[in-house]
Amino acid sequence: MADLNILEAIRAAMDEEMERDERVMILGEDVGRKGGVFGATEGLWAKYGDKRVLDTPLSEGMIAGAAMGAAVYGLRPVAEIQFADFVYPGFNQIVSEISRIHYRSNGTFSAPMVIRMPYGGGVHGALYHSQSNEAYFTHTVGLKIVAPGTPADAKGLLKSSIRDPDPVMFFEHKKTYRLFRAEVPDGDTVVPIGKAVVAREGKDLSIFCYGFMRTCALEAAETLAREDGVEAEVVDLRTLRPLDLEAILASVEKTGKALVVHEANRFGGFGAEIAAEISEKAFEHLDGPVTRLAGPEVPGVPFHHALEDWFMIGPPRIVDAARKLAAY
Amino acid sequence: MASTDTRPRHAELGLGDADVLGMYRAMLLARAVDERMWLMQRAGKIAFIISGQGHEGAQVATSWPMRKGTDWMAPYYRSIASAMTFGMSAEDIITAHLAKGDDVSSGGRQMPGHYGGAPYNIISLSSPVGTQVLHAVGIAMGAWVRGDDVVAMTSFGEGTANQGEIHEAMNFAGVHNLPVIFVCENNGYAISVPLERQVAGGSVAARAAGYGMPGVVVDGGDVLACYGAAKEAHDRAKRGEGPTLIEARVVRLTSHSSDDDQRRYRDPSEVEALKERDPIPMFANELRANGILTDDGEETMRAEVKAEVNEASKRAEARPEPTPDDAHERVYADPIPGGGTAVPLAPVGGGGH
Repeated sequence: MADLNILEAIRAAMDEEMERDERVMILGEDVGRKGGVFGATEGLWAKYGDKRVLDTPLSEGMIAGAAMGAAVYGLRPVAEIQFADFVYPGFNQIVSEISRIHYRSNGTFSAPMVIRMPYGGGVHGALYHSQSNEAYFTHTVGLKIVAPGTPADAKGLLKSSIRDPDPVMFFEHKKTYRLFRAEVPDGDTVVPIGKAVVAREGKDLSIFCYGFMRTCALEAAETLAREDGVEAEVVDLRTLRPLDLEAILASVEKTGKALVVHEANRFGGFGAEIAAEISEKAFEHLDGPVTRLAGPEVPGVPFHHALEDWFMIGPPRIVDAARKLAAY
Repeated sequence: MASTDTRPRHAELGLGDADVLGMYRAMLLARAVDERMWLMQRAGKIAFIISGQGHEGAQVATSWPMRKGTDWMAPYYRSIASAMTFGMSAEDIITAHLAKGDDVSSGGRQMPGHYGGAPYNIISLSSPVGTQVLHAVGIAMGAWVRGDDVVAMTSFGEGTANQGEIHEAMNFAGVHNLPVIFVCENNGYAISVPLERQVAGGSVAARAAGYGMPGVVVDGGDVLACYGAAKEAHDRAKRGEGPTLIEARVVRLTSHSSDDDQRRYRDPSEVEALKERDPIPMFANELRANGILTDDGEETMRAEVKAEVNEASKRAEARPEPTPDDAHERVYADPIPGGGTAVPLAPVGGGGH
């Protein structure tokens, strides 16, 4: 067991996969000599050379489209989009091409590739370095969407994503990169795509979350236990598509109450899908309204620290929402 | 450059008589399939046609140097003759246009004109124009990373040349000298909008200078000129000298598609004059002048092509229709909740087979 932070875990996953499979390559802006603006690819350029760790022009359409061409050709590209906020020039490639080529070719072509994107706020990044834009992609059939919240999950899920035969969007909450260290199993340990995990057992209500919200929800759950005697179950979804509905419904059947938490704004957000599934499939187990706690309805995270604090969901707001639901 | 060589042009280019006759036959076949499909569209058998008529010379000639089974093609919606030169048969093409269940391009999932074929290294095409150009660059990048002797070719119209992704693709290919050939088939119209309203400066090839690659303008009616440009581009790519942009000035003999009527925006005299630049009679005249093509030879060839198209359309029409119970399959490459089946991964260098 090694104590790693999420950034180190992501780097270790790529390093091990590049070592294991010479088809794996990395491409993106500043991923080479610099090692990425967050340092995710640090050391890999020196180890694997400037073809397998390839600095690209500032050209997200190219990063996505060329990665798809290389994937169809037989490589396993891992593309880094420097900030999830900058993915939109590549949106056409992701939505029109990468997600659809397998279906539209009747299964004769595939795009086994990963797009890694730092997302999320709380780092003074304002409107264009803070977005949580996962819902644009979870709506797209043909993609798999992964959003880990721990170092072990980040490593194990990235390894699974690189080996997966389908395109995977890998969302890394940038505030969690160096937030904490935790034990990561040594060696070739993978975490399967499509499996949620119960991060904390509880009987009174279920909190569904992913990414940075896992850390916030766990902290909130401790406060609820200490101050209210409420035992919240925290379910870390880890994969948003395909969704582990079985785990979600099992938890709701146990607790009867569901709180869905995400940082992205609420309207049409990913939480709506979870809430709808619970309402349709676990209605008879519900003992309170399925509740969403999500970011405010503004176009982005505003810059000033007071404004950013207002935007961000932290443990106190989860505690408040959970208290209300628990008391229902 | 004046040549002291008195041999015919094709011999100067290293082509034998059989090669040029083969190219001419490929053009005739593509035209015959195209014309047959218009008839099938008028008869209500095919929903929609987007034609390659007038582009066949440039397409056959630029695809001719590509090595079947090794090199790759990222086509566009007029690429009928390119796709056939890469290996799609008349039956493959008609089957795809009929959207039959076992069509090699999509199993009935895509509209007509969306070429693709894993057995032929033709990557599947979508509808937003220009996306395929980045796929060709990605294939070339893959070959470059792996050190494979593979060239990727892609084609697109001059209207598409104005998409941002074309700039992204050419810039990146230029930065790394990737083995890719960009073929712009400039027919002067993006549906109804003429060249002077689309392309600043009037030339797509001129943009190549900005990407550090050669930009070559060729007459799309001059088959051997197109071949010479493509052969040189292919040789350069193989030598590791990087990409080439070829702009073939072609004619669009039909309306944009079966849903368009070009008489609404082109003068009848202009449309009539296009026939003078039809690559099929132009190439036939050259071959006749060199004594390679005879009247008897041409008659035999046209009879063979007609029989081939008859047989192909008969067989294509007899193929099975797709069924809705299959429509949720092959969404993902591996089994996940909700459907999908496993397919083997593409091997490096020969993907998609």
